[in-house]
Amino acid sequence: MKADLRIPLAVAAALILAAVVAFGAPHVVGDYFVRILLLIALNSILVLSLSLSNGFTGVFSLGHVGFIGAGAYAAGILSLTVQQKKALLPHLPDLLNWFSLPFLPATLAAGLFAAILAVIVGYPLMRLSGYFVSVATMGFLIIVNVVLINASDFTRGARTFTGVPLATSLPWVLGWLAVTLLVLSRLVYSPFGRRMKAVRDDTIAASAVGISVLRARLVAFVIGAFFAGVGGSLYAHYLGSFSPNTFYFAMTMNLIAMLVLGGMGSLSGAIIGVICVSILSEVLRSVERGFTIGDITVPALFGASQIVLGFLFILIMIFRPKGIMGDRELTFGLSGRSANHNQKEGKDR
Amino acid sequence: MSQLEYIIQQIINAVSLGSLYALVAVGLSIVFGVLKLTNFAHGDVMMVGAFTTVLLIGIGMPFAPAMLCGILASAVAGFLIERIAYRPIRNAPDVTRLLTSLAVTYILENLGILLFTSSPRNFPLPDILNTSWQLSGGAITFTNINVLTVALTFVSLIGLGWFITRTTIGLGMRAAAEDMQAAQLVGLNVNKVIIIAFIVASAYAGLAGVLWAAQAGVVQPQMGFTPLLKAFVAAIIGGFGSISGALLGGYMLGALEIFIVAFMPDVVVPYRDAIVFALLIAFLLFRPGGLMQPNREIKL
Amino acid sequence: MATADPLLRVDNLEVNFGAVRALKGVSLDVREGEVIALVGANGAGKSTTLRSISGLARAKSGTVTFAGTVINKRTAPQIVRLGIAHSPEGRRLFGGLSVAENLRLGACTRSDPDGVARDTEKMFVLFPILRERWKQLAGTLSGGEQQQLALARALMAAPRLLLLDEPSLGVAPLLVRHIFDALAELKRQGMTMLLVEQNIALALELADRAYVLRTGKVALSGIASELRVDDRVAQAYLGAAE
Repeated sequence: MKADLRIPLAVAAALILAAVVAFGAPHVVGDYFVRILLLIALNSILVLSLSLSNGFTGVFSLGHVGFIGAGAYAAGILSLTVQQKKALLPHLPDLLNWFSLPFLPATLAAGLFAAILAVIVGYPLMRLSGYFVSVATMGFLIIVNVVLINASDFTRGARTFTGVPLATSLPWVLGWLAVTLLVLSRLVYSPFGRRMKAVRDDTIAASAVGISVLRARLVAFVIGAFFAGVGGSLYAHYLGSFSPNTFYFAMTMNLIAMLVLGGMGSLSGAIIGVICVSILSEVLRSVERGFTIGDITVPALFGASQIVLGFLFILIMIFRPKGIMGDRELTFGLSGRSANHNQKEGKDR
Repeated sequence: MSQLEYIIQQIINAVSLGSLYALVAVGLSIVFGVLKLTNFAHGDVMMVGAFTTVLLIGIGMPFAPAMLCGILASAVAGFLIERIAYRPIRNAPDVTRLLTSLAVTYILENLGILLFTSSPRNFPLPDILNTSWQLSGGAITFTNINVLTVALTFVSLIGLGWFITRTTIGLGMRAAAEDMQAAQLVGLNVNKVIIIAFIVASAYAGLAGVLWAAQAGVVQPQMGFTPLLKAFVAAIIGGFGSISGALLGGYMLGALEIFIVAFMPDVVVPYRDAIVFALLIAFLLFRPGGLMQPNREIKL
Repeated sequence: MATADPLLRVDNLEVNFGAVRALKGVSLDVREGEVIALVGANGAGKSTTLRSISGLARAKSGTVTFAGTVINKRTAPQIVRLGIAHSPEGRRLFGGLSVAENLRLGACTRSDPDGVARDTEKMFVLFPILRERWKQLAGTLSGGEQQQLALARALMAAPRLLLLDEPSLGVAPLLVRHIFDALAELKRQGMTMLLVEQNIALALELADRAYVLRTGKVALSGIASELRVDDRVAQAYLGAAE
């Protein structure tokens, strides 16, 4: 179908742009903007991976950050040097302590690890609906947190996990973002993607026409978890050091805010949400530190930016619960029309 | 110390902890009953009550009236949350309402950080409540705050029992929890029922918040988070939306946690919370209506 | 046919459920003291008519006037206070509440405890089983007992107009007779009723007049005793199945 080709095409166009940005940006703008750009791209990967289950399949998981955390720790353990392992993780099992993986394989392994975890967790949990699946996945997140804190042979426990090589650069992140976007756009706008959306829109009707609800949800959950694990690895290699609470409710809330603001049923919406929230947070954060205009000194108000974001979030829930994009896609002017619009037109003809 | 004394001590601990869980879970269940809303902000309403109490004690008010004001402050907070955030989205899909309650949590916690910073503050408990009782030559100990917690839990729950069986609005709360439309058909003012349910639930949160902070000895903006999560588990084990279920679940969870800490091997103890939440998931999967509503179906 | 000022007047009522037009301009009136039957096949719009009178369903257009007041913009609780009680399809009792508590909630709009006590006694005369089951949870009653409780709960509001949706549904045949005897007694006492009923014979026996609904419209109306022998009633049923 022509309408379905437009999105990969749009993605390709965006990629060329991204490549130019990736390699050009550091020469043009300062470190600060490169850092923001990198965080936007990184968060885009995380929010996109979240959108697969929460947005497109209607399984509102609160446990997604558990996969990100699992990926971050898995990648961190794999890519520490052998000497670092001996110093920082002296009780690491022999199986893991004699080698060190480069960035890419460590990241792939992290994604795979998160995906396997998602199969195990998702197989029972994807049978639940509504907020029961939300509460159950939240339980999963808490369990991951408890395990990260207590499995100190692997994770150094509540202490900071350090020494991960700072390998995450803008080209790497944009590259992975491109892969994520390509895979997800192919998936979401495929027949299987339509099944996912059918499951979301009317679970009973979907199963009545022979769609396996469990299978659709599980596939979305597992693929989402894979990219969450990849994102976790990128995050780990960006931060270098982190602790179990890096991957907990604050991050959950942040990613959900980005997803919901952008629009839960739209890939471009997810990215738009990330951009909006990131820019807004940066602006608010600089205001929050306190500033002086003429004779007036505004004192630092820590927490104010989150309060503003929270209110914004509630306003969106009340007045625009579908977010900025809703179910529509931005197609970068290639078609000038939304994906849904195209599909509807196709039906009318 | 004999085996028996050890067990009695653990039972005392379990009843004390279970009372706190029950108080929080009852409030959650009241709100879930009438609105079918998992109210994450409930933990922050606890925080409001605890902070109000601490601040009032700080300016010289005695403990008892300060606690009453704290409970009142929580009730007002609950009222405002319902009016401002929840009422506009009352008929929205589950997920929208869940997210809104998360956003309210986010706002209140950060408001707490803004006003009081995130570092813990001392809870100035009067000496009389800190007095400890030693039985069997010190083998069994508990303090007056433990006694007060259990006593207030019992008194307030008897009060709640009276309210929901003897008053029209209390009956209306139970009726609305069962069938909102039928409640409207008999002429119940549903807005009034919901707002009263919120106020009652929030007052419970306030009471629980003060007692929780008093036992912990500190208050801080995120203090409501852990009890909230535990109370979720308690409420779901008991049967979400059922008040007696929340009670049962609260005490069972208290007993389970104390059992793990007191009788399980040391390697297991740090995983206590993981076990608790695994239990939650197991209940959601195999007995979603909890112990009190065995036939409820929420699965596909 | 309509004389001046009926107690209830439904005028050209249209109700949509999403894209489905459930009612396509229903008009009917109920005079004080009358029992009106509303009959028709499944999906003809009988329950929807009752639900839009009692405020559970919102009309797209048309009006509902009760005792001179236009009520179709009012909420269900307000309508109860005006004097319309609705015993809904499927009974919708509060199963976790006792018989006593259900009846108490039925009277929750009233502020005359003496009157409520008197009416409770009346319910015991009309439905003696309720006295026996007084402390029992409504959910544990049999179908027929539940139906009696549902009727009693609606009556406890001391309504001027009683809307009854399928009082014979899910009730053992022997008890159906009993329930309709109670309705006949209510009629004798002067209660105005609008009755939706699948069992046409029973409904037309009790009613003064009847309206036959077919796919969201009034197909036929008239004196109940005449409609009982009218072939067109049966045709309206069969026609709806097309």
